Amino acid sequence: MNPITRRSFLAASGIAVAFAMKRPARAQLAGGGEGGAGPIALAPALPGSLKSSPYLDSWILLDQSGRATVFSGKAELGQGIRTALTQVAAEELDLPPADVDLVTVDTLRTPDEGLTAGSHSMQDSGTAIRNAAANVRMLLLRQAAAILRVGEGDVTSMGDGTIRASDGRRIGYGETASALSMHVEAVPDAPLRQKNQFRTMGTNLPRLDIPAKTTGGAAFIHDMRLPGMLHARVVRGPSEGTRLALPPDSEIESMDGVVKFVRNGNFAAVVAEREWNAVKLMRRLQASPYELARSPFPTGGVAETLKALPARDIVILDASKPTADPKRSVRKSFIRHWISHGSIGPSCALAWLQDDILTIWTHSQGTFDVRRVAADLLKRPIETIRAIHVEGAGCYGQNGADDVAAEAALIAASLPGRPVRLQWMREQEFGWEPLGPGMATEVDAALDGDNRIVRWNYDVWSNPHNNRPVGAGGVLVGNEVVPSFPVPEGKPIPMPEGDGSRNSNPLYDLPNMNVVYHFIKDMPIRVSALRSLGAHLNVFSIESMFDELALTAGIDPLDLRLNHMADDRARQVMLTAADAFGWRKRKKAAPLQGFGMGFARYKNLGAYCAIFMEVRVERDTGRVTVRKVQAAVDCGEVVSPNGIENQVEGAIIQSLSWCTREAAATDGTLRKNFDWSTYPILRFRDVPEHIDVIVEAQPGKPFLGVAECGQGPASAALANALADATGVRFTDMPITAEVVRSAIVTL
Amino acid sequence: MTISITVNGAKHEIGSDPDTPLLYVLRDDLELNGAKFGCGLGQCGACTVHIDGKAVFSCITPVGAIGDRSIRTLEGLGSVDAPGIVQKAFQDEQAAQCGYCIAGMIMRAQALLEKIPDPTDEQIREHMQPNLCRCGTHARILHAVRRASDVMAGVVR
Repeated sequence: MNPITRRSFLAASGIAVAFAMKRPARAQLAGGGEGGAGPIALAPALPGSLKSSPYLDSWILLDQSGRATVFSGKAELGQGIRTALTQVAAEELDLPPADVDLVTVDTLRTPDEGLTAGSHSMQDSGTAIRNAAANVRMLLLRQAAAILRVGEGDVTSMGDGTIRASDGRRIGYGETASALSMHVEAVPDAPLRQKNQFRTMGTNLPRLDIPAKTTGGAAFIHDMRLPGMLHARVVRGPSEGTRLALPPDSEIESMDGVVKFVRNGNFAAVVAEREWNAVKLMRRLQASPYELARSPFPTGGVAETLKALPARDIVILDASKPTADPKRSVRKSFIRHWISHGSIGPSCALAWLQDDILTIWTHSQGTFDVRRVAADLLKRPIETIRAIHVEGAGCYGQNGADDVAAEAALIAASLPGRPVRLQWMREQEFGWEPLGPGMATEVDAALDGDNRIVRWNYDVWSNPHNNRPVGAGGVLVGNEVVPSFPVPEGKPIPMPEGDGSRNSNPLYDLPNMNVVYHFIKDMPIRVSALRSLGAHLNVFSIESMFDELALTAGIDPLDLRLNHMADDRARQVMLTAADAFGWRKRKKAAPLQGFGMGFARYKNLGAYCAIFMEVRVERDTGRVTVRKVQAAVDCGEVVSPNGIENQVEGAIIQSLSWCTREAAATDGTLRKNFDWSTYPILRFRDVPEHIDVIVEAQPGKPFLGVAECGQGPASAALANALADATGVRFTDMPITAEVVRSAIVTL
Repeated sequence: MTISITVNGAKHEIGSDPDTPLLYVLRDDLELNGAKFGCGLGQCGACTVHIDGKAVFSCITPVGAIGDRSIRTLEGLGSVDAPGIVQKAFQDEQAAQCGYCIAGMIMRAQALLEKIPDPTDEQIREHMQPNLCRCGTHARILHAVRRASDVMAGVVR
């Protein structure tokens, strides 16, 4: 019989309360942690997220026919995790992937695995699912042996949902599972399938979501249509901190097409039956006068702005060994501006209050946090709220997803029985989303007479990158309602993951290292996590310095790196990429042609990534053409080679866009970028002509997060190639064509 | 008022104001998911559809201005079970990350290949220039357009 557990019964019957109450309140402590505090570890000896959800039936259920339903607390963000996790489950269950249904994060159905962020999904959820599936397969084999009355060593899973005894008799997973309870804790050492047995892992299973996305299927939250759904738009000033002087409620409520006008303090939203009416009403109301209700924005440069604010100095590294005297030194400072996440689809959420259960559909990276925020904002018992992740457009960090989810919840709470769809407009996303923080670094390094780096002083200034909301104060509407929830004070993420400090600790073997993180809690502009956090500028700075030091030493930049690198896997990705690129044979065939490299191991504990690049610069315009990019990555055991290549290719192109185009600006009163003409990003004409990614095979090694590993190395490789091409060291991003042109025009 | 439009070969009577952008009619009235809201300003291409075979931004095209010209959306090119050549090429190249821009990319590429079945790489880049992708899928998209062109020419299947 079908092992109907409490979970499957509740999921099928939609009873949220009873199940939610089963979940302990410890969840309040969870979330928010970009590598910080996640859900509490109940079973520390277990791998991945099994630590916090050790029971097998939290992860896997088998039905009568032998089909598996697998539950992950992570979300598909366009990174391909649905496909990769399905492959992992199929492999260890030894089932065809088509017999595995994957349920992604839903507060009613799946474990709380914290945020889907920080390249953690394969490490946390992939590892948990892999081991849970291995446990399930181990139990199935044992049970089958008992049923068939043979020894445990005499049964084998066949990859098709059956188990075969050595005498040829077979039994199906469904039949075997019907006599088993999966409500047991995982053991840490269930045997994993090995690479030579793999049927699914390491192969290129086509992405499961691509067919719908290429043919007009309902693939995104934006495509959801609920019965009787209303359309809402928030009504705000042009950018963060502005406040509209709106007409009286009665006047707004009498406007044509208004179903509901929701106002609470400084929060306002208009609700209509038809979406276009909601847009038109929003536009009319947003034409009202506005004022700035916060301190003016800084108008100076990034470093100047940050250094003017009080900082807490956090020592990241303070290492010293006796070395020879420094002979030649290099000193540089580097800048990254505030950057927009720039999701192509503006943030969207749906919410529906039915029979006192509030359901929120969200594309936030923290679905369980969306539920916590709504409970706090609406002062509702958390058990009466369910949050379900549905895919949005790529977010690359905290865009407006969390804000819009809380806003939809507030609006829906005032319209019981009617589902509400709220979508931000493009200009609202640009005006109000948290930006990726601007940052500054200063590096002072020196070589001894043997070209060993004997001095490394490094300072980084940054706001907190992790302002993920865990309560109502973390979302805009929470700050706007009366009584308002204060914006929580920003906190640094401790190393080894770090935030502004992420990757400020070089992986290189340097005998003397002094690294200080000047953490600035006061945020002049609303900021939060952007893909790779501080690793982008820190890797850019370190890798730019290595090329400057190599230039000073008169040795090849690759050799200087290898001379200071003991980690074999790091050396290997550099050598693999160098070889495929033809680094040793490189030759300038034209003026203003250049070659450069960049390397990092993300967070010094995720994937290794080396990138080599060839560029040409057009003298009259400063336009940079990236002709060839060669990357090599090592992210441990490979689940989906094509998925990894796709992520790294994307990271390279996105990083080039950040590095050459992007700066979100402000004047005293407003943000200045509201559309794609005032915030240009890389388009087809300027993407690299050739990109190749080599994925190192690492059978049996743990999964290492890969999604963000290319951000730093790609920007660094570009700056190094440009320095090689022009003789100019560009330290401040964005390195626009105009910046390049004006630097080389004087040469 | 009632406006009559032809979408993917079928005629529809729509009770929308004539100033309503075609995008909202396609998504909300006809419940077609292909065209996406991206910017509402004709700057990103997520909403790209064809009007009489030409790629247009449906987010800035008032439905009242279309008249009897025929509209084609992503859904008009094929289905999950029977994808069109360009759709299939995008699937074969795994040319999507989040995939939000991809419907518009396919529609723009389709318009190019119907006019120039064997474009140069330069022509493909120039033609695709209006459409934005934020995930950095550009290289795969370019490969997918090339593949579709090759399939149309019978060079590959």
